Amino acid sequence: MPRTPDLLPRLGAFARLLHDAGVEAGPRRLTDATRALNHIDLKQQGDFRNALRAVFVSRKEDIVTFEAAFDIFWAPPDPRSAAGALPGRSRGLPMSPERAKVWAEALGLNSSGMNREPDATAVPASSSGYSADELLRHKDFEQMTWQETEQVRRLLEAAPWRVAERRTRRLRPARAGRIDLRRSARHAIRSSGELMQLFRRRPRVRRRPLVLLCDVSGSMERYSRLLMIFAHAIARREDLEAFVFSTRLTRITRLLRYRDLDRALDSVSKGVHDFSGGTRIGEALADFNRHWARRVLGHGAVVIIVSDGWDRGDPAQLTAELIHLRRSAHRLIWLNPLLGSEGYQPLTRGMAAALPHCDDFLAAHNLQALDDLGRLLAGLGSRSRI
Amino acid sequence: MAPPPASIDDVETRLRDRRYIGDRGLATSIFLALKLDKPLFIEGEAGVGKTEAAKVMADVLGARLIRLQCYEGIDLAHAVYEWNYPRQLLHIRLLGEGEDRRMAEREIFSSEFLLRRPLLDAIDNDDATPPVLLIDEIDRSDEEFEAFLLELLSDFQVSIPEIGTIKAKHAPFVVITSNRTREVHDALKRRCLYHWIDYPDLEKEVEIVRARAPEAADGLAREVASLVQGLRGMDLYKVPGVAETLDWARSLAVLGATRIDETLVNATIGAALKYQEDLERVRAQVPALVDKARGA
Repeated sequence: MPRTPDLLPRLGAFARLLHDAGVEAGPRRLTDATRALNHIDLKQQGDFRNALRAVFVSRKEDIVTFEAAFDIFWAPPDPRSAAGALPGRSRGLPMSPERAKVWAEALGLNSSGMNREPDATAVPASSSGYSADELLRHKDFEQMTWQETEQVRRLLEAAPWRVAERRTRRLRPARAGRIDLRRSARHAIRSSGELMQLFRRRPRVRRRPLVLLCDVSGSMERYSRLLMIFAHAIARREDLEAFVFSTRLTRITRLLRYRDLDRALDSVSKGVHDFSGGTRIGEALADFNRHWARRVLGHGAVVIIVSDGWDRGDPAQLTAELIHLRRSAHRLIWLNPLLGSEGYQPLTRGMAAALPHCDDFLAAHNLQALDDLGRLLAGLGSRSRI
Repeated sequence: MAPPPASIDDVETRLRDRRYIGDRGLATSIFLALKLDKPLFIEGEAGVGKTEAAKVMADVLGARLIRLQCYEGIDLAHAVYEWNYPRQLLHIRLLGEGEDRRMAEREIFSSEFLLRRPLLDAIDNDDATPPVLLIDEIDRSDEEFEAFLLELLSDFQVSIPEIGTIKAKHAPFVVITSNRTREVHDALKRRCLYHWIDYPDLEKEVEIVRARAPEAADGLAREVASLVQGLRGMDLYKVPGVAETLDWARSLAVLGATRIDETLVNATIGAALKYQEDLERVRAQVPALVDKARGA
């Protein structure tokens, strides 16, 4: 790759392409890339690629996007055209279907607009407090009108509960607790080495991280929107990792970060490809246990699975994965929207397999039920299982 | 003191001379990190050689290796400095009545009473070649510490209220590793060059076993590497890393094995698999795995 006056603008265009695909490629990185290229032999296509990757990528997930972008943009020049032609000119070059898909997804995800429901702002703010509207509190989510859903959203966002705290290993000054030698000695020095006063410190407390695994398969469709509203409400104030699953697992943590609810929901539905498909809970949990558990279950996380337990997968796998999950989490809670229906018995194969391995089994069909969950979460102390 | 590497090839050769078998991408990242004076952020699953890369780098550069092992709750007193309080108190108590206390106070807050932890050590160095600072497993520390590190890595200075600001004359070469048990903040990564170390393919893994566990016979090295590659293709909770391959090859070599068979594999498979569920899942497959590995 010959150094030409064209290289810098090309690098800029490449950075923009990466940026559009969701890889952070700001001016600082562009500068780094320019500097990096001074140190390598541009004729070595492999080194050129490695150098740009070292600069622009900072997450494993971005590597495949980077590779796809690189292939599109810096493709080797067509041998039929003039020798030494500039990279980035050729179009329509062969790309593996896999890469093409990744690429399309990356670009698609980023292009979600602000598709607000037109009357989103027309709903009057509820003047009643959190517990005022008893009727709404006990109404099944399934039967709610859009306006009622909106009201629920406000109530959820204002809900007073907080996830329980756990002690960390960081220490902070306190009246009682272990002796703080650093501070005590500091004071003693002022009084000629006499320990006049003992200072103490004790572990700082932190709220437990929450991990939400939400079933969005066909049988859960009626509840999906409300559960996403629930997830969004929590994500705004708690440390939440959220995943949805039906036939496969998708992480939606980043998608829930949009402040604007509709934008968040919109990006979730665009980012998840099998909304309302069939359910394979065991496989989804297996995926979670292998690829995410070690990353998101640190610091004593509480795991909440939301599903009606209609499962087309293998119950033995579901059991095995639940056992593993329960051991890695501080607490495993299963929410089932059907549990609120009169006469419901958790007899589906999936539910029967799951039940013995959860710490808690709660309903999730109305606001009252979510409120109960809130109380449970707030009550989870530092101690392990009860 | 070794001259700094002159090219990517040079980095590759020197790593190889020290029996570290890395890929061209890693050598490129290392070379550029040195040239651009940027920290190198290395991620990868456990046991793929992240920490080892930093250690070998120190050797390549002829520099001192300063290692900071991160853990939950790590704070400045463990990472940067701490006053030696018992010594300070003793010193003050030993002073005679008439002596000037102000003088004494200044005295006990001097470097003589300072306990230097790895970060201060790395910044305040007089080494002919700046040291290599390894910040290992940063994903284990908490966000407060990460934020502090961010500040330190942008200025390479530490301020100690009683002494003043200490700035590095020669910034250390920083390597940060993470097992990705949690996401490290983008702001920190943005300051670094990044490299993801993947599991090696069969040929590379054989090469690594030969370099690192030379006591294993050639045939054995290949078979063990192939076995591990087979395990990585299975559905396991904890996929074995290169470190496990090496452990396994060494265990077999200690037992005097030059080839593998079912009995040997069953007896030593604990070197590679660390979960009971994984062991159970693999047990039934051992004959097939062994067959395949022996044919590799």
